[in-house]
Formats: sequence, C-alpha cells, structure tokens
Amino acid sequence: MAFLTTFYAFLFYFAALVFVSGVLFKITQYARTPAPLKIPTTPAPTTTSGVVLRMMREVVLFESLFRGNKWTWIFGWMFHFGLLLVTLRHLRYFIEPVWFPIELVQPFGIYGGMAMIVGLTGLWARRFLVDRVRYISAPSDHLILALLVLIGISGLLMKFVFHSDIVEIKAFFMGLYAYDFQPLPSDPLLLLHLFLVALLLIIFPYSKLLHAPGLFFSPTRNQADNPREVRHIAPWAQQLEQK
Amino acid sequence: MAKATFLVPELTQYTEVPAVTPGAMAHSSPFVSKPDFQEPLGYPGELVEDWQNKAIDKMGELLGKYRSLQVYMDACVKCGACTDKCHYFLGTSDPKNMPVGRQDLMRKVYRRYFTVAGKLFPKLVGAEDFTKEVLDDWYSYFHQCSQCRRCSVFCPYGIDTAEISMAAREIMDCIGVGQKYCNEIIAKVYKVGNNLGLPGPALIDTLEGLEEDVFDETGVRVRYPIDQVGAEVLLVTPSADFFAEPHVDGLIGYGKMFHESGVTWTLSTQASEAANFGMFIGSYDNMRRISQRIREAAIKLKVKRIVFGECGHAWRVAYSFLNTLAGPWDFLDPRYPVPQHICEFTYDLIQQGKLTFDKSENDDKVMTFHDSCNVARASRMGDTPGGQFEIPRAIIRATCNHFYDMDEDTIRDRTFCCGGGGGLLTDDLMELRVKGAKPRMDALNNVIQEKGVTHMAAICAICKTQFSKVLPYYGMDMSQIISLHQLVGDAIVLTPDPEDADDDDSDDDDD
Repeated sequence: MAFLTTFYAFLFYFAALVFVSGVLFKITQYARTPAPLKIPTTPAPTTTSGVVLRMMREVVLFESLFRGNKWTWIFGWMFHFGLLLVTLRHLRYFIEPVWFPIELVQPFGIYGGMAMIVGLTGLWARRFLVDRVRYISAPSDHLILALLVLIGISGLLMKFVFHSDIVEIKAFFMGLYAYDFQPLPSDPLLLLHLFLVALLLIIFPYSKLLHAPGLFFSPTRNQADNPREVRHIAPWAQQLEQK
Repeated sequence: MAKATFLVPELTQYTEVPAVTPGAMAHSSPFVSKPDFQEPLGYPGELVEDWQNKAIDKMGELLGKYRSLQVYMDACVKCGACTDKCHYFLGTSDPKNMPVGRQDLMRKVYRRYFTVAGKLFPKLVGAEDFTKEVLDDWYSYFHQCSQCRRCSVFCPYGIDTAEISMAAREIMDCIGVGQKYCNEIIAKVYKVGNNLGLPGPALIDTLEGLEEDVFDETGVRVRYPIDQVGAEVLLVTPSADFFAEPHVDGLIGYGKMFHESGVTWTLSTQASEAANFGMFIGSYDNMRRISQRIREAAIKLKVKRIVFGECGHAWRVAYSFLNTLAGPWDFLDPRYPVPQHICEFTYDLIQQGKLTFDKSENDDKVMTFHDSCNVARASRMGDTPGGQFEIPRAIIRATCNHFYDMDEDTIRDRTFCCGGGGGLLTDDLMELRVKGAKPRMDALNNVIQEKGVTHMAAICAICKTQFSKVLPYYGMDMSQIISLHQLVGDAIVLTPDPEDADDDDSDDDDD
C-alpha cells in the first residue's frame, strides 16, 4: 500500500520532469534553429496578425487536414477535441478550489472521453484498412494508439463501472505539490490508468507527439509572405556576406 | 505518338488513387554526376571514403541550420493525408513516392542517429542504419520528387517534402553523389552564364534575328536589347526563351509589351538565365552564388528595376529568396517591388490602359491555364495573396476570347506539377516524367473533351519543355502548350515609331 503510493508518487515526479524538460528542450531547439529562407506555403498571409489567424485555424480547426482528407480530419478532430475536454475535466484533481469554468465543463468531459475513443478507433482502423496508411505505419504508431485507447477505456470504465475514490485521488495529487504523500486507492483500473498516463508523458518528448509544439514552429505555416518588403536573413547566412 | 519503353498510363476522367505497388519505380535513377561537374560546385568528384559518417555529420549540420528540416523530421504523425497527393505516386503507385514514404527514407536515418528512441529501439520506431542500400534508395527516390510542395498544402503541420529532398540532395552532393543533370547545368552557368550554355555572341545574334522576324511580320521595329547600360528594366528570363518553341514566342511577346509600355529595358549576357538550379540541389551556397550574378548585372547596367520572365522555380527564388540571397536592393527604384514578375508588369499596363489588344487574333485558340507549382505554392504576384492565380488569368482574359479553367482540384494551390520540375527535366528520367504528368494530363484531357480547349498556357520554362515532350505520349500535340506572353504578343496592337517606315538603321547608335 505504502509502496504503491510511493512508487506512483515518484513515477509522476519523474514523468513530469521528463515531460517538462524534454518538451522545453525541443521547443528551445526549434526556436534557436534559424529558418534561413522564406518558405510559407502560399497563398499565405502577408502580415503577422494574418499568420496568427492562419495558425489558429490550423490548431483549432485543422484546416489543412480538412482539405487533405475528410475521414482523417473527422476522426482526428474528434479525438483531439475530446482530449481537450477530458483534460479540462481532469483539472479538478489538480486545483483547489476548482475554477468555475472547470466545474461547468465536467459533464462535457465525459462526452469528450467517448469522442476520444471513437476518434482513436477511426484513426486506428485507417491504419489497417487503407493500404497507403498501412504501409507507412510503424509499430510505434500502433502502440501510441493502443496507449491512448487504453487510457480512454480505463478512464471511462472508472466513471461508469468500477468507481474509484476520487476524493482520495485528489488528495494524492494535491499532496504531490508539497511532497506530502497521501495514500493512493489501490484499484487496479486506476493504477493502470495512471501508469499509462505517466508513460504517455514520458514518451511525449521522444516521439511523434512532438507534432504539438512542432506545428507552431513550422516555417510553411508561421511565416508571413513579405520577402520583397522585408529582408529576411539568418545569422549563419549573414556570415557569408562578410566574406 | 512517341515511342515508349514503358507502359504509358491510360487517361481517366478523374485521377484515381492507385493501390500501392512497392518497388514499382525502384529502377528509376538519373545519371550520376561526373567529377568535372561536381568540382566547380564545391563538391567531391566521387563517393568519398567514410561517406557514412560524413553524411551523418552533414545531416547534423543541416538540422542545425534549417528549422524546417528539424521540425519536419520530428513532427510527422503518419496520418496519411499526403499519401494520395503526389503526382508521382498517382502516376507510378510506388509507395516511396508518397510524400511521407519519401520523407521516411530520411526520417529513418534521422531517428537512428539523432533520436533517443531510434538509438534504443530502432525496430519499434522504424529507424535504420545509413547503409549503401539506403543511400541507393535516397538517390533514386529523392530524384523522384519535383519539390512542387503539393503535399505541404494538405499536411496538418505543413511538412514540405521539398525541404527534405533538397536536404537529401545536399547531403548526397557533399559525399560525392551528385546528379548529372543539375550539376552539369550549374557548372555551365558558372562557366558561360546560362543553363543552355549559350555564349554572349550567340545571344546577341539570336536577338537581332528576332528583331528582324518581328519587323518582317509586323512592320514595326520592336527592339530586343541586351547589355544596354542605363535601361530602366533588367529582364532576367530563362535561357530557353532564347532558344526554342514555345518559349521564344513568349520572349517575342515580352518585347512587344515593353515596346508598347515605353519603358526602356535590357537583357544581360552575364545574367542571361533566370533559372537557379542551386535550389533543386538544396545548396544555399550555390543558390546564392547564382543569384549574385543578377545583382552584379543590375549594378553594371545601372538599371532601376528587375523583372523576371516566365519561369516557375526562378520566380520562387526571385520572389521569395532574392532579397535574402542578393539584397538589399536599395540602389533600385523604391517605387516598385524587387523583383517583379513579367506578368505583374504586363498586368499593371493593362490596368493603366496602356496596352491595346485585338483579342480576335487568338480566336483560333480555346485556352486553359496551368498553374506552375513554384509560382502557385511558393510565391506571389501583386499585392494580395492569390495574385499569382488571378494575374495570369486576367492577362489571358484580356488577350483571348475563349478561356476555361481545368477542374478546381487541379488548379491554383492544388495544381499538379507538370512532372518535370525540381531538376528532373532530363531524358534519363523519361518514364518518371511521363507517369508523373498523368494527373495534369487527365485534367487537361477533360477540358479538351468537355470545353473544346485547344491550348494550355504556362508561365514556366520547365513546364513548357516538359509538356512539349510529354503531350505526345498521351496522344496530344506538342504545340498545344504555349507561353502566356505568346498570347500577349499575338493580340497586342503595336504602335509604329515614326522612324520605322523610313530608316532601319536610325537607332543603331545606342548600343
């Protein structure tokens, strides 16, 4: 009992550390790598505010994917929007008092969990049914889907079938902020759910999940189309001019 | 119908997505560059010893120099949105011609040498050592990408396979595995000044011949000046324009248009080439060196504006990169963007009412327009996004009575590459070029059948050359592809100079 609590406490400290430092490292790397040439995919906005709008459409609506493939868009968007609602719902375990908007979102978080599973199932089905997508799928692509599906199913099962003591769960996580280990309920489903979430945090900076920060740094999407008006030059290219 | 040693695809009403056929194009590979063509570009003549380590080092260097490459190696989630977007996949069904399939050729090496997951669990994440087999695959398939960026339009993260194939070619060049076609041409630009290797005297001769032809045909003395110091506009155009049909009809059109504009202009023997194959091989250094010729020519000729002729990738380098590579342009007239596209120039004159057209001169043609990939997805014309689509169409509508667009899915930013871009316009890749043209040929065939279209205009020397060669494979005629400015030249109503009638030699003293 005490062992489990301690194990999970350290697991989450470790996962949080890997996640935060790993993602910060990648973001720093992306930010510090210069983009030496203007390569926005045109037609592109000519101003910074236009670029912000384009980026918001990509992040919120998955605009390019919508143009690219409707099935992938519908399943992908369901999954991501569901994940957002689920994440917001789960915030109640990590804050005290619970903010009003988070209270409001609680019921929608459940629908979000269902949408997540449906979306993931659709995306996974494409990896088997569409020969082109089957060809490009590596084992890790299947495993990440499996991981997310298991997280979703174990979560929904706890909501609807095998309830856990959520007051104790909240006490456990609130305790982690102060290095004060409160006992974690030992329901197998909960332990599985938490273990997989920690695993997801750990692999995040080392996997394709980097698409999340990556999008913001994609030069074809985040550059303004103004090369004739503003001279764009990278530091390493500037050095060539001194020769 | 041209004879083919391979199966030419059957045209279909809609371009269908084929089932994947692994290895279908594994045999396609362009001629390898000889040492003579490698060294002028600063590359080793042949495969170096210890090539594997040198290639990995180079990849590391490029990952640190290009954010695009670093982000695109990491970000792909294998969603599959790009898999049915590449014309080479649609035409060949080889899965390594799916954009993600092509990217993965580099990504598996990246993962093996630059990521924790790939070092620890290569099989799990699809990481692989950089073996000779992988290098051979690189050479084959990174020369089956025309860098047209169609995939980047549909990718949720904007991953641009062109960036990856450019980096791959740069890495291969640095270990001595270059492509003959591109590198021979760049060496020719350094030695002679243009891709076709036309020396100055030959250019001057050609232009004099053009002046005579136009005079004979129209009775108006239209000038085709070269190396004329103090002209207002320096025109930089692909050397194909000096040389062959249908390109030269475009050049004739530029001259007539300038004649009517009253703006003095000149070509340059030094910058007698708009093309910049440095981009195709992903070499910033070579691209910059080629661009500098234009700066030098502009200074030497004391021009005030720079205008580019019809050339797709040249316009990308000009519009998007020239300010970076050869700017700043503070010695030119600040009232005009630098550089300008010939279509922007012509369009402005049309807007100002300075050109008069007799559209009936083009009544023998029912036109459609092919958006060239680099113009469509990597540049702009005019002040507003999308001007690169509207301005050429406005010129066609101003000069022709009959114009129909092809299917919306195959034009504007969803346009299909002609099949010969990105440094692949070489006879040793004929099978790839013919098969890669299929999506465009399908769409063209549709408007031919449904709208009675007879001709397709383009604003790219590579597109025009490619279509002249490929149209006959699909049972069409090579003369069906024309320059946009041929339409301008044919419909324009010329104003004779008062001197034209009496004395041919009166203006010979200004050169």
